[in-house]
Amino acid sequence: MLSDFIPLFLSMVMAGGLALTLLKAAEIFGPKRPNVTKRAAYESGMDPIGTARDRYSIKFYLVAMIFIVFDVEVVFLYPWAVSFRDFIAAGEAGGVLAVVFLFIIILGIGLLYDIKKGGLDFDDLRHQREFQGR
Amino acid sequence: MDLTGAYASLGSDLGNAFSLVLLSVVGLVMVVWDSLRNDHRAIPWIGVAASVLAISFELLRMPGPAEKIFYGLMWAGGYASFVNIIILAATAFTLAISVHYLDRIGHNYGEVYSLVVFASAGMIVLGSANSLITVFVGLETMSICLYILTGLVRTEEGSVESALKYFLLGAFSTGFFLYGIALLYAATGTLYLDEMPAALAGGAGSEVLLWGGVGLLFIGFLFKVSAAPFHMWTPDVYQGAPTTLTGYMSTASKASAFAALVLVVYHALPAERWMLVLAIVAAATMILGNVVAIAQSNVKRMLAYSSIAHAGYVLVGIAAGTTAGYSGALFYLLVYTLMNIGAFGVMAALEWDGHVGQKQDLDSLAGIGYRKPLLGVSMGFFMFSLTGFPPLGGFIGKYAVFAPAIDAGLTWLVIVGLLTSAASAYYYLRVLYVFWMKSPEEEAAPALDQLMASPLSMSTSVVLVVCAGLLLVLGIYPGVLESTTLFFSDSAAAVAAIR
Repeated sequence: MLSDFIPLFLSMVMAGGLALTLLKAAEIFGPKRPNVTKRAAYESGMDPIGTARDRYSIKFYLVAMIFIVFDVEVVFLYPWAVSFRDFIAAGEAGGVLAVVFLFIIILGIGLLYDIKKGGLDFDDLRHQREFQGR
Repeated sequence: MDLTGAYASLGSDLGNAFSLVLLSVVGLVMVVWDSLRNDHRAIPWIGVAASVLAISFELLRMPGPAEKIFYGLMWAGGYASFVNIIILAATAFTLAISVHYLDRIGHNYGEVYSLVVFASAGMIVLGSANSLITVFVGLETMSICLYILTGLVRTEEGSVESALKYFLLGAFSTGFFLYGIALLYAATGTLYLDEMPAALAGGAGSEVLLWGGVGLLFIGFLFKVSAAPFHMWTPDVYQGAPTTLTGYMSTASKASAFAALVLVVYHALPAERWMLVLAIVAAATMILGNVVAIAQSNVKRMLAYSSIAHAGYVLVGIAAGTTAGYSGALFYLLVYTLMNIGAFGVMAALEWDGHVGQKQDLDSLAGIGYRKPLLGVSMGFFMFSLTGFPPLGGFIGKYAVFAPAIDAGLTWLVIVGLLTSAASAYYYLRVLYVFWMKSPEEEAAPALDQLMASPLSMSTSVVLVVCAGLLLVLGIYPGVLESTTLFFSDSAAAVAAIR
């Protein structure tokens, strides 16, 4: 029973070992040219010290929103992949493939909408002007 | 699990769910179209064409009995078709009257129309559900689209406020709803509505779980239809949303939520146990909606309270707990949809304050009937029908919900309903008094002149005339009510036979 879990323990040990080894290797072999920004605590790109009520580009919000949408939607592919063999066994592979392609097409339409409406254009002033014009 | 033939049967059911499939596909087409040709003029009319096509399909399906599709997750045909027709008609009317209105307030985006179509697809799922999960999926699809539509005018403070209120309270009520589903599943062991009575008769599960589940489920439903203790969001949300979309929210979403409530109480829960609860809620809703509406000076707010009151009338029919009561409630929803879309359509055409009607009080519309006779006359139809005057549809609708309630022994409730609808005549007819018998004030003149300069759009006129005409037809031709009642009891018999 317990021996079933040996691969799991092994992979945990390997993961931890690899992480520690790489960190140590980077400390030993890596070049060190520190500056103020590099030495600051990592806060996903924000200034770690100072007021939190700062203005920042609305693009961050947009990208986060798009990420959440596509990230969460793609999770639906996992249960599909897991049950795919059952459907092949039942002779329904064509139907289940058609359904998942439909799903991906719908996601693709979302992406098309996003690109065409300028959701991914960070520097394009044309879209920004159009947006402000509304 | 045996999956042989799963997709073949799903594929063959696609034809039964034609209007749902059509609306979903057309919604996607509208999104693609809007991506390629930003805010193109044709986008709303694609949606209108799809709705009309789907209505004609559902009219063909309606005479037959309702049958289960998608492995018993949904109903198609029969009363499901009737509910779908209400939803699709509201969609077509809303799309048609929104074009000119949204143009005028400067928010005519292509996304609005695809969101309305997606919301309608969700409403169709909700209104013809046979499983609590289907109810939930439909409810959420509908609600998320409506949250966005409410906050459409995001430069306007009141609009943002109403969208946020709607979203927070709606999400909260969804939580209640989901807990109710979980408890009901724990009590009965099934999510299919038509299997619940058998599970309850078998004595499975505990009483406490069942009553907790039913209570939480009802809270979720009563919130969505804005019945009395859960109505607080309605006035603010309806006042802040763009006017034509308020009309859509107050009719189509209510019709589908009520249809789902009818399906739940009809299929899943035995009648006598919740009758009194719904009757008390109905009485409170009618009294509160009508009494508070009297005090409103803002027209949109008044119509919001009036829609609370009408939710009470529909609940009277449902509280009767008979097939006649249920079909009366569905018929009332059809009439209510026509008159409310019409009333909000008139208000949208008359809106000139530049704040989506939030600051426009009734007196600013003085004497409008002579300047815009079409609007004045059609508003007369809608207001008399909302009050319940014969020979308009509102009268027959009230008869259809009150008569079964008397048969079911709820005479006290009907007395409350009649008294409150008599009180409602004050605030409905006051609109007509202001429209036709009051002379305009001096300071309102410039804005009004500006409004007069912009002609009434063709599509709005057509929708208003069609709504008023249908109200008259429903009022003087009793065959419509009779046939809906008959087909409902027919399908009830067919359902009983399937069981």
